[in-house]
Order: sequence, then C-alpha cells, then structure tokens
Amino acid sequence: MKILVPIKRVVDYNVRVRVKSDGSGVETEGVKMSINPFDEIALEEALRIRERGEAEEVIVASIGGTDVQQQLRTGLAMGADRAIHVETETAPQPLTVARILLKLIERESPGIVFLGKQAIDDDCNQTAQMLAALWDRPQATFASRVELADGKATVAREVDAGLETIEIELPAVMSSDLRLNEPRFVKLPDIMKAKRKPLDVIAIADLGVEQGAGFEMLAFEPPPKRGGGKVVGSVAELVDELKNRGLL
Amino acid sequence: MPVYRAPLDDFRFLVEEFLDLDQAADLPSLTDCSADDIRAILREGARLAETVLQPLNAVGDEQGVRLDDDGRATLPEGFAEAYQTYCEAGWNGLTADVDYGGQGLPVFLGLCLSEMLNAANASFAAYPGLTHGAVEVIERHGSDEQKQRYLPPMIAGRWTGTMNLTEPQCGTDLGLIRTRAEPATDGSYRISGTKIWISAGEHDLADNIVHLVLARTPDAPAGTRGISLFIVPKFLPKDDGNAGERNRVRCAGVDRKMGMKASATCEMQYDNAVGFLVGEENRGLAQMFTMMNAARLVTGIQGLGLASVAAQNAASFARERLQGRSLAGPKYPDRPADPIIVHPDVRYMLLKSRALVEGARALGLYTGLQLEIEHRHPDPERRRQAGHFVALMTPIIKAFFTDMGSEVANLGLQVHGGAGYIHDTGVEQFVRDVRITQIYEGTNGVQALDLVGRKLVADNGDLLKSFFSAVQSFIDSVRGEEGMAEFVDPLEQSVKRLASTSALVYQQMSRDPLEAGAASSDFLRLFALTALAWMWARMAAISQRALDAGSDHQTLHQDKLAVARFYFARMLPETLGLEAKVAAGAQTLMALEDDRV
Ligand SMILES: Cc1cc2nc3c(=O)[nH]c(=O)nc-3n(C[C@H](O)[C@H](O)[C@H](O)COP(=O)(O)OP(=O)(O)OC[C@H]3O[C@@H](n4cnc5c(N)ncnc54)[C@H](O)[C@@H]3O)c2cc1C
Repeated sequence: MKILVPIKRVVDYNVRVRVKSDGSGVETEGVKMSINPFDEIALEEALRIRERGEAEEVIVASIGGTDVQQQLRTGLAMGADRAIHVETETAPQPLTVARILLKLIERESPGIVFLGKQAIDDDCNQTAQMLAALWDRPQATFASRVELADGKATVAREVDAGLETIEIELPAVMSSDLRLNEPRFVKLPDIMKAKRKPLDVIAIADLGVEQGAGFEMLAFEPPPKRGGGKVVGSVAELVDELKNRGLL
Repeated sequence: MPVYRAPLDDFRFLVEEFLDLDQAADLPSLTDCSADDIRAILREGARLAETVLQPLNAVGDEQGVRLDDDGRATLPEGFAEAYQTYCEAGWNGLTADVDYGGQGLPVFLGLCLSEMLNAANASFAAYPGLTHGAVEVIERHGSDEQKQRYLPPMIAGRWTGTMNLTEPQCGTDLGLIRTRAEPATDGSYRISGTKIWISAGEHDLADNIVHLVLARTPDAPAGTRGISLFIVPKFLPKDDGNAGERNRVRCAGVDRKMGMKASATCEMQYDNAVGFLVGEENRGLAQMFTMMNAARLVTGIQGLGLASVAAQNAASFARERLQGRSLAGPKYPDRPADPIIVHPDVRYMLLKSRALVEGARALGLYTGLQLEIEHRHPDPERRRQAGHFVALMTPIIKAFFTDMGSEVANLGLQVHGGAGYIHDTGVEQFVRDVRITQIYEGTNGVQALDLVGRKLVADNGDLLKSFFSAVQSFIDSVRGEEGMAEFVDPLEQSVKRLASTSALVYQQMSRDPLEAGAASSDFLRLFALTALAWMWARMAAISQRALDAGSDHQTLHQDKLAVARFYFARMLPETLGLEAKVAAGAQTLMALEDDRV
C-alpha cells in the first residue's frame, strides 16, 4: 500500500505574522517557512504506519513554486520515500488543491491520502473533505488515533463532544489532528540522504486541472486591537451588557 | 520569559551572499553540500535549539547540578533526554571526520550550530563543546589505536570529553602544574593529583567521560617544557570498545557559581588512575593548544550566542513596553504612552547590540571558512595563508566576542529597566552565564598578550599581513563603486590607524617589554573594531549591489546598509580613543608602587 501525504509550505508557527503595508498579503520576505504542522503530523503517522509494515511507500506531494521543494526535502529527510512537486506560481484554493490531488491519486493509487486537518495560514479545513467527495471514498477527519487491519481503518476522531471512533474501508482520505502524534526530529545524515531520493516535478498544466478562482482576495488587514476589558458586578449586569452590544 | 529565534535569515545571507563559497569550491566538505542543504541543516538545528534546548535554559539555571555522596552528578530535569535527542539526530558529529562516523561538514556550519546551541542553552552547549575540543586533540595527536578506540563513541556523543589543566596553584601559568604521571610496566601511566574547575568533569549524560589531563612525568624538566598529555577515561575501555572497569578518578565536588549553573564545574581527584600518553612525553602543552585554539573560537561563539539572544529579547521588549512620549511628540497617540523603542537612547543600545552581533557573526563565519581551508584545502599554500589568518584572529575572536557578549547582555538588561534585574524576567541569566566566557580558555587579558606578544611578531609579521592584504583587496575591489565611499574612506583610514598603531606597539615593546602588556587590551579592541568595520563595509557593498539588482531580500539588505552606517558613525570612532590610549604607553600604569595601586 502507498500513502500519499500532501504538505503545504506555510509561515512557521513561531513567526509573528505581519500584513504587508499595501494590504496585498502577509509579509514572507526573510520569514521562516515550514511544513504546515498538521501536515507534519500526518507525515509522521504515515511513516509510523510504514515502519509497522502496514504500508510499503510514503509519498509527499506539494503544490507551489520551487520554494516548496525545501519542505519536500524536509519530508524526505523525515523518511518519506519520494516526493512530487506540482509546480504553479499561483497559490491554489482548496477545491483546486483537491482536484490536483485527485489527479495524483489517479497516477499513484494510494491506499490512504493523509492530510493535515487544516493549514495554519488560511485555516480552511476543507481540502480533505472535498477530496473525499471528488474521489468518492470514505473520509476520517481530525484523526487522533489510527489503526489498520484487513483493508479497514479504525480511527478515533476529535469532535466537539470528545472522541468518536469510526471504521472506514480503504482506500480513504484521513486528516490529522494535533494529538495524533509528536513528529520526530530530522536526523542530520538523513538530510544528506534525502538529496538522493527521487523528487518529480510536474507542471500543473500537464495535469489538466481546471484552475478557476473560486474566490478572490480583496485585502489583508491585521486583526483589530482588543479594547479594554470590563469587570461586571453581577450576572444580570453581564446579561444587560451583552444585550446592549447586540451579542445576545 | 525569554524566547529564542535562530537568525536563519542572517545565516542565509552570510553563507549564500557574504562568504563567497565559490572561492572555496575546492574544499572536499563543500562538494556534496549545496546552499539548499545548508539551509535545511540550519533549519533543523534551529528547531532543536528553539524547541528542545531553550525551554530547558531556565530550568537548568534553577536546578543546577546535584552531586551525591558517591560522586555521581545529576544534571537538571530534561537535560539527559535533550542530549539524547541531540546525539541521535547526529548533531554531535556535524563537522567531525567521516572516517570516525562524523558528517564531515564544513567548520563554519559548526559555528552556526554552536551559536544556536549557546544562545538557546549555554550550559547544555558546554558538554558537546568540550567533547569537540577533546576529539580534535585525539584526532591530531593520538595514536591510530587511540583514534579507533575513542573517536567513534565521542563523535557519536556516547562518550564526552574534558580538558584538565587547572589546579589550585595554577590557572594561567601552567608551568606550575603538579599532577604526577608515573610510568607503569605495561606502557600506561598512573596519574595522581587534583584538578579544579573542570567543566563537564562528571554528569549523567553519557556512558563514559574521557578526561584529557596535563601532568608531569618523574624526570620532566621544570616549567611548561615538562608537561605531558594523558587520556584518563572514567571507565577503562574494554577490547570490544565498550566502557569497562571504573578508573581511579572521582569527582570530589561541584562548585556553586555565578552562572552556567547546569554546566558541571568539578574538582577531579586522580588517585593512581590509569592514563595513556598522547604523543610524546613533555609535548603536552603544545598538543593541548590544538584544543585551546579551536576551543577559543568556540568560546568566542558562546559570547556571540548569548549576545544574540539577549539582543533579540531586548528588541522585542522595547517594542512592547510603553513609557513616555517621543521627544518629537507622541508617535503612537492611540496608546497611553509610546513604546520605549521611540527613544533615541534605547535605540542606541539596541543598535549597538545589533551592529556588534551581526558584525561579529560575519567575522566568525569568515574565520570559520578560513579554518576549514586551513584544515581541508588541497592546496598547501592556501592552507598556510588561511592558517595565518586564523592564528591572528583566534585571540581577537575569543576576547572581543566574549567582552561583547557581556556588553550586549548588559545592554539588553538595561533596556528592560527594573524588569531586567528581576530574576523571573529571565534576562539577567544571560549576564551571569556569559561572564565566565571572558575568563576561561585563557582570560581576555591573556588573549590580548597573545595578540601583541606572539601574533604581532610571529613569522616576520606574516600573520598581520594576512589581515591587511585581505582588507586591502576588498577595498580595491569596491573602490569607486557607487555609494561605497561613505564606507571605504573611513575603513581605509581606520586600517591605516591600525597599521601605524601596530608599528608603534612593536617599537615600544622592543624598547621595554612592559609596553606590550600596557598596550595589549586596548590594542586588541582597536583591532577588533577595525575588523568589524571591514565586515560591515563588505556587508554594505553586498547589500548595495543586491538592492541595485532588485534582490528578493529587500528588507534585509536595507537593514544591513542602515546598520553599517550606524556602525561607521557611532562605533568605529571609538578607535580614535583607543589609538590615543595605546600611544600613551606604560608609564602611567607603572608609576605607583605595588602596595599603592
Ligand atoms: C566555570 C569555570 C569553568 C572552567 N573550566 C575549566 C576546564 O574545563 N578545564 C580547566 O583546565 N580549567 C577550567 N577553568 C579554569 C580557567 O580556565 C581558569 O580560571 C583561567 O584560565 C584563569 O586562571 P586563574 O583562575 O588561575 O586566574 P589567574 O591566572 O590567577 O589570573 C588572575 C588575573 O590575572 C591575570 N593574569 C594572570 N597572569 C597574567 C599574565 N601573565 N599577564 C597578564 N595578566 C595575567 C588574568 O588575566 C586574571 O585577570 C574553569 C574555570 C571556571 C570558573
């Protein structure tokens, strides 16, 4: 079985994100970029599944400019067997990403496509669900525990009420939640070895994916500064206050 | 609590734009190591430093090292696990020889890693730091059998190293060493004596500790010519390579001290311990100096790392802390007060810190590349020249970087105001931790003497020439370039000032040896500030060209130009005062009687 792990290059979670002064996006010059943390967790899980002998191959894939190859190399250094870079200069939206991934699925026939539940830059949380629908296969999102047996996966999912455990047939789409695992540290010799692992570049045009923008970015602005708090004397006063502000 | 963000963008600039690696393309360590690889390596190193080591820094300061009645030392919670993570990921062997399990990557990368480790957790960094020094000595002077036995476990980090020079009666003056080494019938020796303040002398990180000990054989000549170097392992290695029988060396105490509290500073007692001679008898000091040279560079980098983390935290604080209004009228009228970063004096402290840190980082990496060339370049002439440069820069980097570490850590504390002095803010730890770097590995005063007394005169002044000719060829390469006059003209003047001051010191000390000691500290600082002016002019030239060419890294290059201007305007002029002080000579220092100074 193959596992396909799509990874996204995002501004590192430690960086304090700043909006560009012209409002056209966020500042990325000189900013540390990393694998989206949820994707890293997905990759870690895929590697553990392979290390348990329940999969033969882990493939990382990323969509973007040549810069994403840095994150693909990191994925290879973590232990993925090979990488696919789908090259495009425009940042694709979730539906386009799902369509591109579907094309990769047609080429690779993976048993699992393991995504992060969301990317920490746009927080969309859509791609896994869209992909499952397009592919017409089961999905297990927000996974916090995954067990495989007899062509099926038992997945504990983090839902509002707690944990929900479901069983799905493979092939399927999964998305990782934060508590699924703690990703390993890359080993130095593996960084050097990663250079010799295959990394295929595919031009997006060659995949024949329809790319139209679903929505358009108009402007970016920093969140408004928080106003001062207020201490209320009683529950009644709190309710009044909330009503006055149109919150109740 | 302080945070640490590794300066990956500055490393990228220095490695990819500043160092001119094309010139060093013949280096074997670079043939299979691209700029992308270096970025990837530094990114992962940064992750280890930021997420594993930095969170343990305050813990280490709080808990310190515990010694039990059996002489076993326990490091603070989390240290052993962090060390394991560090070793398993292969970081300990980053620059070590591939034949013994290292990665064989270039030394300047090791310096970047070392800066990050020290910025994140200087006490932790001491353990691998000492191991590296010991590895270097065994690599250079050990027998084949010793290399086979000790290097692989030390490079893997399973065994650590120490250096045992100091005794109660001798620190700087190693001629006074008393520890004895009696030859045994099997060719080994029996070592007896007491060593004090031995860093990493005892701990619970590794399976074995390999002590490198300076001692005297029975008929050794007096003074520094009678000192030999021995390997004294805590556990004697068995033939299968594992640690075996316990040797007769024990830790009799762990000192309480000002900073670096998680780095064990130990009194070591040798009581007929089995030791193995390294090289020949009576060559110990020269061999140990191999270690001292590399260790001195790394000590400089400790100063740099601590300066870097102190400066970062001060800058973040200054953007948050609201106090007073800008002298030019409120700059942030919607807030109750302006952040203190609007005040010129606060900016002065932050810019001094930044100019020192980034200037030193450039000089450190430049020297690191020369060190790599000295050790691994195929062309002997290139090796020789690079060796001259490294020898000259070693005392300057050790002393100036650590003085700067203290200066910048103190400036960072000052920016924090009262909060800086409060323990829980966490920045006073930098001031305490960095202080020792000015003292060990040869005090900064002794470094200055080394520069004046040895380096200035060595090889008919060839060492000095290696510096002046490198600066001159830089000046020639940018002279006349648009926008460079503002840097090149003052650089040229200050280089002339350094040259004439060097000549003056040389004359004065051939007349009276006391003059060397009187001039040394000021001369070293004059030299360092001039070297930094060269670094800043070079960075300015690169940034100007990059901006003209429409580089993707606009902000970084604009900042480099702005900080270079600051350096030339507000820091380089200090050299005028230093020149005058050096010229004033020894007389006023020696005028008072010893009992009245
Ligand atoms: C935390 C810590 C860790 C250490 N780790 C180690 C270790 O791992 N291994 C080890 O062997 N040692 C270690 N040391 C010892 C350290 O290297 C010595 O303290 C240092 O070399 C200075 O020696 P000293 O303390 O005897 O000072 P002294 O030599 O007594 O010097 C006192 C002062 O006199 C000055 N001075 C001395 N001689 C001269 C001279 N000829 N000309 C001008 N000025 C002079 C010095 O600059 C200094 O200011 C450590 C010390 C500490 C505190």
